[in-house]
Amino acid sequence: MTRAPNRRGILTGVAGLLGSAVLGGCDRIAGSDWGRRTLKLGEDANLFVQRLLLTPTSLAHEFDEGDISPRFKPNGTIDPPDDGYKALVQAGFATFRLRVDGLVEQPQDLSLADLRALPSRTQITRHDCVEGWSAIGKWTGVPLGEVLTRARLKPNARYVVFHCADTMEMAGGGLEGGDVAEIEAGDGGPNGRPIRYYESIDLTDAFHPQTILAYDMNGKALPVSNGAPLRLRVERQLGYKHAKYVMRIEVVERLSGIGDGRGGYWEDRGYEWYAGI
Amino acid sequence: MAASTTRRPDERIETIRRRWIFRHPAVIRAAHWINLVCLAVLLMSGLQIFNAHPALYWGSASTFDAPLLAVTNDETAEGAARGIVRIGDHTVDTTGWLGLSTAQGQATGRAFPAWITLPAHQDLATGRRWHFLFAWAFFINGLIYLIYGIESGQLRRRIVPQRDQIRHLGGSIREHLTLTFPKGEEARRYNTLQKLSYFVVIVLLLPMMLLTGLAMSPGFNAVLPLPALFGGRQSARTVHFIVTNLLVLFTLVHVALVLVSGAWNNLRGMVTGWFVIETTKTSDPGKTSYPGKTSYPGKGR
Repeated sequence: MTRAPNRRGILTGVAGLLGSAVLGGCDRIAGSDWGRRTLKLGEDANLFVQRLLLTPTSLAHEFDEGDISPRFKPNGTIDPPDDGYKALVQAGFATFRLRVDGLVEQPQDLSLADLRALPSRTQITRHDCVEGWSAIGKWTGVPLGEVLTRARLKPNARYVVFHCADTMEMAGGGLEGGDVAEIEAGDGGPNGRPIRYYESIDLTDAFHPQTILAYDMNGKALPVSNGAPLRLRVERQLGYKHAKYVMRIEVVERLSGIGDGRGGYWEDRGYEWYAGI
Repeated sequence: MAASTTRRPDERIETIRRRWIFRHPAVIRAAHWINLVCLAVLLMSGLQIFNAHPALYWGSASTFDAPLLAVTNDETAEGAARGIVRIGDHTVDTTGWLGLSTAQGQATGRAFPAWITLPAHQDLATGRRWHFLFAWAFFINGLIYLIYGIESGQLRRRIVPQRDQIRHLGGSIREHLTLTFPKGEEARRYNTLQKLSYFVVIVLLLPMMLLTGLAMSPGFNAVLPLPALFGGRQSARTVHFIVTNLLVLFTLVHVALVLVSGAWNNLRGMVTGWFVIETTKTSDPGKTSYPGKTSYPGKGR
């Protein structure tokens, strides 16, 4: 005896079909141009609300010595494969010069000793990785505002870009650390051009009192795994904004000319530029 | 309805009347289904985000060596890969579901399986985009629901038990255990446990999701010290995960009870607004009674 299809059976079938169509559809939406733009609306709203609520001087919570994590988890690049960087490590960073240029009146080349001679700030803060974990560390460094004030920004300056030493991948498709010689072959090598880590923030965050170029972590010189000799701390944003191995600071009017134009290595790969949430 | 024409004087006549009542205003119905879509996307994209670091901690920072819970994989003594969930010192084999599951025909080490995460493949950046967009939709939808619900009195009617209901709480529990739900006039209002569970979800769990979510944001932390409410950012993340589980549990029970307490009537109610209640009228022996007399003059069709 054949059973007539009942309403419930039909409904279950339709729901199942709809379910799988929705799931497949979601990926198609996320893959399309308008879908990506629509999905981004949520983050645009996040940025808008944070800009509304955060004053330029709202501080990230600062912790006590006792809260410091026993091990500050190094993440991302922990040992840059680049020869240029390895030479700096060999020299104990004595030859390191932080280049500050772009839209500034007075470009700077600052050694670690120069940076340490500038006013410093120490803060114990929580580092929140976009993956979900947190670690607390004590950071000492020079407020970025001090450096930028010395370099004197031109009127059209809007963003501060941090160029880092570590090669993440080769533009031709090679992998990080795959072949150091190839990476050093640089532009036009058989494996293409090295893509190094970079990040950017706007002037609001650049002149925030807790935004520092840190050279010490937990009272000792910053170790290589955590970004020696200099890393950015921009405490009201997620971990990937805190560029490690900072070699050059470039002040620009717009981000479109750098990397893929979205303001950072991870931003070029789909992560939001304003990483406050 | 079906009444015999010849009857003895002591015969009782039972008449069952189907009465249409307008139960769910349009705003409530729209909010309900929008909420369903939002919570589904939030759950699935949330699991995608969880997969980026599938471990939970308590306090401000992560204690990587001693997570409260970790979803991971290892090898058995025979060298076979297996998925495991570790809670404190206990390990549960969850191969196929958690820690190790099949994605595109291949055994893949991932906390939650591909079929329940959005996107299906590992993609934290896109998962976050889905999560934040639908968090906004959920928030705005919830706000409209609350404003409308409070203004119209609907919310109170739906989530606050009346005095007599509180007195008969035991009865409501018994009804749920035996799956026999009120009929007739009593079915016009939500039952006691139903109201209490909606109350907990609307007043406690959903706002908790919003607060624990914001507590994870370093940006919002500089505006409000939200992590302190929960004992730190990692605690807030753990509470976010636990409340997610409670909401999933609520949804499962909710759907099950919708199904056993008159699936079509309930569904029709939440789609069209119209709900049928059945009242049984028993005539007194010896008295003449006809169904037409108790006819309900309200909205009907």
